[in-house]
Amino acid sequence: MIDYSKLKPARDVAIIGIGSTIFGEHWDKSLRDLAGEAGSKALHDANIDPKEIQFLVGGNMSGGMFVGQEHGAGLFADHLGITPVGAIRTEAACASGSLAVRVGYMAIASGMYDVVAVGGAEKMTDVYGDRATSVLAGAMDQENEAFHGLTFPGVYAFLANRHMHDYGTTREQLALIPVKNHRNGALNPIAHFQRKITLDNVLNSPLVADPLRLLDCSPISDGAASLIMVSADKAKDYTNSPIYIKASAQASDSLAVHDRENITTLNATLVASKEAYARAGLGPEDIDFAEVHDCFSINELIAYEDLGFAKKGEGGKLIESGETEISGKIPVNTSGGLKAKGHPVGATGVAQLVELVEQLRGEAGKRQVENARVGLAHNVGGSGATVVIHILSNER
Amino acid sequence: MSEFAVPFHWRNFKSRYNLIGSRCSSCGKYFYPERSICPICKRTVKMEKVKFSGKGRVFTYTVIRVPPEGFSSYAPYIVAIIELEEGVKITGQIVDCEPEDVEIGMPVEAVFRKMRSEKGSGIILYGTKFKPA
Repeated sequence: MIDYSKLKPARDVAIIGIGSTIFGEHWDKSLRDLAGEAGSKALHDANIDPKEIQFLVGGNMSGGMFVGQEHGAGLFADHLGITPVGAIRTEAACASGSLAVRVGYMAIASGMYDVVAVGGAEKMTDVYGDRATSVLAGAMDQENEAFHGLTFPGVYAFLANRHMHDYGTTREQLALIPVKNHRNGALNPIAHFQRKITLDNVLNSPLVADPLRLLDCSPISDGAASLIMVSADKAKDYTNSPIYIKASAQASDSLAVHDRENITTLNATLVASKEAYARAGLGPEDIDFAEVHDCFSINELIAYEDLGFAKKGEGGKLIESGETEISGKIPVNTSGGLKAKGHPVGATGVAQLVELVEQLRGEAGKRQVENARVGLAHNVGGSGATVVIHILSNER
Repeated sequence: MSEFAVPFHWRNFKSRYNLIGSRCSSCGKYFYPERSICPICKRTVKMEKVKFSGKGRVFTYTVIRVPPEGFSSYAPYIVAIIELEEGVKITGQIVDCEPEDVEIGMPVEAVFRKMRSEKGSGIILYGTKFKPA
């Protein structure tokens, strides 16, 4: 176990600007259009001259396979209009976006740069559905999982069946998660699906990978999100309401699910959350609200347990209690989550922080969590071979 | 699924066809397929080659109804994690079994089967599946 008390970042980091496209099927917009739109919104929100940006980090899972475009670093710098500053593209499957945030955070915390633009973008609807399924399957073990015809809904169905077997979690409990997230998404003007669904809708939707049904699964979306980050000492030069990054944490696990002792927990979430809580000097009881990685209903339920919001095996009880609703003790996925807000894979991790910042600024409108002071974002790559967690606060 | 040239498939024949893996001579743990570094001991130790019996039980499963590229003619099909009697877990399809009959704990054994064929090159891919024992 690493002793995080001896590993203090050199300086604090603040977020001063956020921007996001609407998530959905953007047949009229390309990867570069989406990235540019989110980036310029964030620059505008931060009220900053693009010439002040010193470094760029952009998350993108698979521009190469979705639109034949690699070299996201160059593409994003070019289309955000901030060349010739340096740029990095980050990739860790569905955690590519939060990894961009993390690299941007480290660039400022280390003292290398003062002003950094961070973004995430994915263009997924330029390919047919079975192609998209195959591209996403590239995030699992290609030779030992995907080879057998396994898909991502299938991987999480593995987890769901075992969780139901070991803890008695029910099909209905799982279905309550997308119902809640659609209720929140209906209040979010940038969500892919801005409409409510019922328990019956979920339970009667077509099976994708037993026991998971279509409405347990996050959609294939296009979208981009962006943040402008600065060293905390400079934040007040730009805004009266900077949001501070209290912790950035990350962990890994085996690429293939079958190589894990226990598949009803994501060990990388356990490890990364311990790091995040230690670095922030907080515990799960201090978190006012969270955005968690509900790529499939079961994964939000497992996240409740792994992040310490519920005891192991009692995630089903937590969703039934209603305490993860916006009005509850620990609101989860106020944005609508990946399920209703949408899941453009490279953008998701950044978009989670956009929601955290809106909430912490008190600008979340009908989704506003009362007295939101500390928020947590949990972003999973693949089946948990990468997990990235950030804790944000409106107090330094 | 991307199309790969022959070497990609050829170098995996050993593990795909024969369930050959490794046993760490230090901690005694089994791995499939072969590994050169033990993830438990966290260093390069002597990894012994082992051939697994192919007998095991269903650890968890799913039925794939929306398949990836190359698998559409096989759907719906069962994919499971099998815990082999040596203690190692591997992913594989379960055949000769109806989707409604598979359950956690069900005994299975390995069989050699066709997986699919590559669309462009026509290479036919074979591998290990499992059937009820």
